[in-house]
Amino acid sequence: MDCYTANWNPLGDSAFYRKYELYSMDWDLKEELRDCLVAAAPYGGPIALLRNPWRKEKVASVRPILEIYSASGVPLVSLLWKSGPVVSMGWSAEEELLCVQEDGAVLVYGLHGDFRRHFSMGNEVLQNRVLDARIFHTELGSGVAILTGAHRFTLSANVGDLKLRRMPEVPGLQSAPSCWTTLFQERVAHILLAVGPDLYLLDHATCSAVTPPGLPPGVTSFLQMAVSFTYRQLALFTDTGYIWMGTASLTDKLCEFNCNIRAPPKQMVWCSRPRSKERAVVVAWERRLMVVGNAPESIQFVLDEDSYLVPELDGVRIFSRSTHEFLHEVPVASEEIFKIASMAPGALLLEAQKEYEAASFGKCFLDRFPPDSFVRMCQDLRVLNAVRDYHIGIPLTYSQYKQLTIQVLLDRLVLRRLYPLAIQICEYLRLPEVQGISRILAHWACYKVQQKDVSDEDVARAINQKLGDTPGVSYSDIAARAYGCGRTELAIKLLEYEPRSGEQVPLLLKMKRSKLALSKAIESGDTDLVFTVLLHLKNELNRGDFFMTLRNQPMALSLYRQFCKHQELETLKDLYNQDDNHQELGSFHLRASYTEERIEGRVAALQTAADAFYKAKNEFSAKATEDQMRLLRLQRRLEDDLGGHFLDLSLHDTVTTLIVGGHNKRAEQLARDFRIPDKRLWWLKLTALADLEDWEELEKFSKSKKSPIGYLPFVEICMKQHNKYEAKKYASRVGPEQKVKALLLVGDIAQAADVAIEHRNEAELSLVLSHCTGASDGATADKIQRARAQAQKK
Amino acid sequence: MAAHLSYGRVNLNVLREAVRRELREFLDKCAGSKAIVWDEYLTGPFGLIAQYSLLKEHEVEKMFTLKGSRLPAADVKNIIFFVRPRLELMDIIAENVLSEDRRGPVRDFHILFVPRRSLLCEQRLKDLGVLGSFIHREEYSLDLIPFDGDLLSMESEGAFKECYLEGDQTSLYHAAKGLMTLQALYGTIPQIFGKGECARQVANMMIRMKREFTGSQNSIFPVFDNLLLLDRNVDLLTPLATQLTYEGLIDEIYGIQNSYVKLPPEKFVPKKQGDGGKELPTEAKKLQLNSAEELYAEIRDKNFNAVGSVLSKKAKIISAAFEERHNAKTVGEIKQFVSQLPHMQAARGSLANHTSIAELIKDVTTSEDFFDKLTVEQEFMSGIDTDKVNNYIEDCIAQKHPLIKVLRLVCLQSVCNSGLKQKVLDYYKREILQTYGYEHILTLHNLEKAGLLKPQTGGRNSCPTIRKTLRLWVDDVNEQNPTDISYVYSGYAPLSVRLAQLLSRPGWRSIEEVLRILPGPHFEERQPLPTGLQKKRQPGENRVTLIFFLGGVTFAEIAALRFLSQLDDGGTEYVIATTKLMNGTSWIEGLMEKPF
Repeated sequence: MDCYTANWNPLGDSAFYRKYELYSMDWDLKEELRDCLVAAAPYGGPIALLRNPWRKEKVASVRPILEIYSASGVPLVSLLWKSGPVVSMGWSAEEELLCVQEDGAVLVYGLHGDFRRHFSMGNEVLQNRVLDARIFHTELGSGVAILTGAHRFTLSANVGDLKLRRMPEVPGLQSAPSCWTTLFQERVAHILLAVGPDLYLLDHATCSAVTPPGLPPGVTSFLQMAVSFTYRQLALFTDTGYIWMGTASLTDKLCEFNCNIRAPPKQMVWCSRPRSKERAVVVAWERRLMVVGNAPESIQFVLDEDSYLVPELDGVRIFSRSTHEFLHEVPVASEEIFKIASMAPGALLLEAQKEYEAASFGKCFLDRFPPDSFVRMCQDLRVLNAVRDYHIGIPLTYSQYKQLTIQVLLDRLVLRRLYPLAIQICEYLRLPEVQGISRILAHWACYKVQQKDVSDEDVARAINQKLGDTPGVSYSDIAARAYGCGRTELAIKLLEYEPRSGEQVPLLLKMKRSKLALSKAIESGDTDLVFTVLLHLKNELNRGDFFMTLRNQPMALSLYRQFCKHQELETLKDLYNQDDNHQELGSFHLRASYTEERIEGRVAALQTAADAFYKAKNEFSAKATEDQMRLLRLQRRLEDDLGGHFLDLSLHDTVTTLIVGGHNKRAEQLARDFRIPDKRLWWLKLTALADLEDWEELEKFSKSKKSPIGYLPFVEICMKQHNKYEAKKYASRVGPEQKVKALLLVGDIAQAADVAIEHRNEAELSLVLSHCTGASDGATADKIQRARAQAQKK
Repeated sequence: MAAHLSYGRVNLNVLREAVRRELREFLDKCAGSKAIVWDEYLTGPFGLIAQYSLLKEHEVEKMFTLKGSRLPAADVKNIIFFVRPRLELMDIIAENVLSEDRRGPVRDFHILFVPRRSLLCEQRLKDLGVLGSFIHREEYSLDLIPFDGDLLSMESEGAFKECYLEGDQTSLYHAAKGLMTLQALYGTIPQIFGKGECARQVANMMIRMKREFTGSQNSIFPVFDNLLLLDRNVDLLTPLATQLTYEGLIDEIYGIQNSYVKLPPEKFVPKKQGDGGKELPTEAKKLQLNSAEELYAEIRDKNFNAVGSVLSKKAKIISAAFEERHNAKTVGEIKQFVSQLPHMQAARGSLANHTSIAELIKDVTTSEDFFDKLTVEQEFMSGIDTDKVNNYIEDCIAQKHPLIKVLRLVCLQSVCNSGLKQKVLDYYKREILQTYGYEHILTLHNLEKAGLLKPQTGGRNSCPTIRKTLRLWVDDVNEQNPTDISYVYSGYAPLSVRLAQLLSRPGWRSIEEVLRILPGPHFEERQPLPTGLQKKRQPGENRVTLIFFLGGVTFAEIAALRFLSQLDDGGTEYVIATTKLMNGTSWIEGLMEKPF
């Protein structure tokens, strides 16, 4: 502990920089780094080396080897490069390796060397070849910038959404720029390039010459330029050994340094920390590393080996054949704790901790201090320690971790197939399942289905065992992946576990398992889904097979029938025919008969209907339909004979119309032909004659024989037509049971009372009494009361 | 605004607010001025969710009814179609879009499917070449609409016909979705009971859907203790009988639509002296009927015979209250009186309305024909003379009474007798066809398919067993101060509600035999809750049961359930949900088929 500050190097008065080892690398490199194309991803990402690049005149027959390592040097993959010459490589934000070929093709590989896709940077690039290329990261995504043999730039700011932009020409440019970089301002990527003593800024449409403020005279060339991690600062290294540091907009100079070394540096990167006022640039030559900033002196390190710098958010990683180090500005908090003779609280606490050997000493002296931030910090440290472990090899700092977020870190663990660690972290941090464990398991399963040497059964079982019903796991996504790998059977097995039919069914359709899709859709109860499958099946199968499929699925069949009823009537008929559903066929033809215009057509359709009903053993409907045909023909004849409108009247109304028209004979005949029951015929005639107010005929009718419906209806119907005179005629003929009612109807209350008293019927007595409302009814009411009293005495 | 929805044990305003929010969010997605083109059927149900003012706040400037050819001119940025997912409506929409005037200002089209997006419909739009014209195609899951503090309906007109006649379960799927929404708002319902084929399917879908949603653990404390799913075809009898509660009779006679009733205006003319010559209004009087109206809430569920006395008592109280003004002497007293005036005037208006309605109904219920019909119904329901041709029905046919009335009675007889003797059935059918026309044979087929009309098939008539075991007929019914649910039909206790009552106490195990006779399976499912959400019932605290009628429910049944809810020792309070609020007439009408 005492020597904690031993590797602290002051830069000026206000800041310290320190360099410490992250890992000792045992990646067993066979060649020097300088012989390789190197790509190292930020945030402690993987390192890709493409050995034996083409720039060296080696034996053409030896294919180069692409190797990918973790930041700790653990080999992830090694493969023979079989494509064309590569100019430059870089990692995307999703940790995909982009390899830019000389012909402008960009090949995209996964972390494990799995080829993902490729895209081209355009025809112009193809023709003029790629001279140089850079992969850069902005908030828009990962971009590629290309310098072609014609000294023109083409860039795409986001390779995920490839839109190529050809940058404007630099007037009079004859040779390649001595150095260039991409800038990013106001959500647009620019190119800054140096040609001799001049700097040019290329944006969307224009090329403008720019001059950094405060640049001393005498510069004839820029050898190196570096833009900071956040695109805010820019550093320029001139052929006079002078380093200009300023804003990326080239409006202000922040500081400068003269190192007096005129040799072009191998690499130059910014080394700053978010929210720190300190600015520093790390410059690397073959054997020398220099940290320069706003101070007259610089910090110098000797490089024992060939080294490579990786800019990070809050520092610089430096790796070589044997070590991997981190160089950064010492944070203020550390400074306060460890600076010699510091009296800051943290420093005192550290002293105390040394004395009492308590890990979280001091916490108990703070009351009312929310423990959350303490707990969170401990959790974060634990996570960081876990991923920094040599086997995992993600050397994240705290600031990087916070910038990256836990979700992205989990994604990166998943990408490295470190599923158990990812899950442990989720459990430890108690992340919601949907964000955490489920996502990881789903990724694991997607990886699992690609293991072609394991049988479908085993993979499906393994996945289900591990995933079970974990919330938020999408089995259909996994199945889609399996299908993508050509494992249809496995996909189907996996889909069995998918509870969401809305996801399950479309994939089954895509895999041409329509019948299975149909039964799944039916299970879900979602009729819209069933319809979708049905229409799919209808197009896919021939009619016979389609019908057979329906036959085995009653629910689908009824839905399809409904569809046909509104959309394809003829198909509906075929469906009924296929099922020998004669009852429905009968109804179908019945309905169809009404669409026929001519009476012959209607009768013919009805005949078909009747035949169908017979086949269905529905005697009643068959007979009724035949009756209907008979009636139709009759009505037609009536219209011919008598004129007027008869068609489509009911039998009842036909008879009524005949009576009203005075065609009694025909009415009688019709009633006999269709065996209208006597009672109804009486009602019918009674109503018709009363409507006609043909009282004479009505009376004749009433006397034709004994009424099967009694005579009360006669009284009622006369009263309805307000003919009391006629009503009274029938009241006398009403049978004893309804006599009182009839008398009351015609308003003969006194006689009604007499009859009721005679009947000694209590209900009738009260009924009459309730009608005694007029002034003249007083006597009747008394009479009833007396009768009641008498009845009670007995 | 909809305070009456929050009076009950379960605050249904939460649901209303949730669906309103969803509507607002959709409207705001289509930025700028808008015109809504309505599928006309939706306007009624939507009225219960959002008034025009809400739409206006979200820049809805015009409203049209969906019909063919070109859309009316409207200077708006967005045209939004509010439609049910039906193919025939898609054809109309396509026609609208295709005939849009290209020279006019460009208008953005959107579709809001209610209650669910449909691939089938979108395919149709695609086939018609207009799918790409729509910027937003979304769904508005308006499944269950709150009608009152204890009442939800899907107002799905064709649900019964689709489920029981056509084998189309779409409305069951929507019901299950609606129940999932309800659970998302009111917590997982721990126990599901059910009786009937459709009930079983809805329960299955719910369990399935729950698996789909496992990602989001529902952490809401459950409001409902259990859910009872009931198929309408378990109890075909009840809706056929004439409802005898106040609300039921209003519905039977005038038809209540989306909680509104239209009444003949004559009785509602304010009686004032001196303007006797004024002509009568011709436009129907439209009244909203729900528990927001205090008096209506009190009398709606009473047997109509008990309504008169309440009304006259109220009249006395109100006039006494108005008389109070003579006693108000001091300024303070007068001030207090005046402050109560608006409430008193509202009460007086309400009383006047209901007195008028009661008079209208009384004119019907005191008619001889109503009495005769009721007598026949009651005979059937108590099991008298159900197996022979009924004179009254015969006379009704002979006098060509409305066909629906005849069908209701014939079906009632058939249901009360476990089917009619073939001879009797054929006789009725023949009489109906001859009198009303042969085209009605299709309607008769439908009724037979639905089981409302059927021939007796071997075996014995199981109706007496059911009637006796479930005590469906109660002789000494008390209409004024009821002690049993049978008061809603003056003697007949609705089977559906009896099943609910027996489930709550003592449990269905006691009626296994009857349950086996009734169609469809009966079942129980449990939805496990995390321990933190398990309810510890306080002693005396009532359970809350959500009872869902698949295929429709009548106001009389609702009244019976409300009666059970308010019983002191009932132990269960009910919230009622259904696919459609209906009565025998609208029910039979839905099953009728008119080929021309």
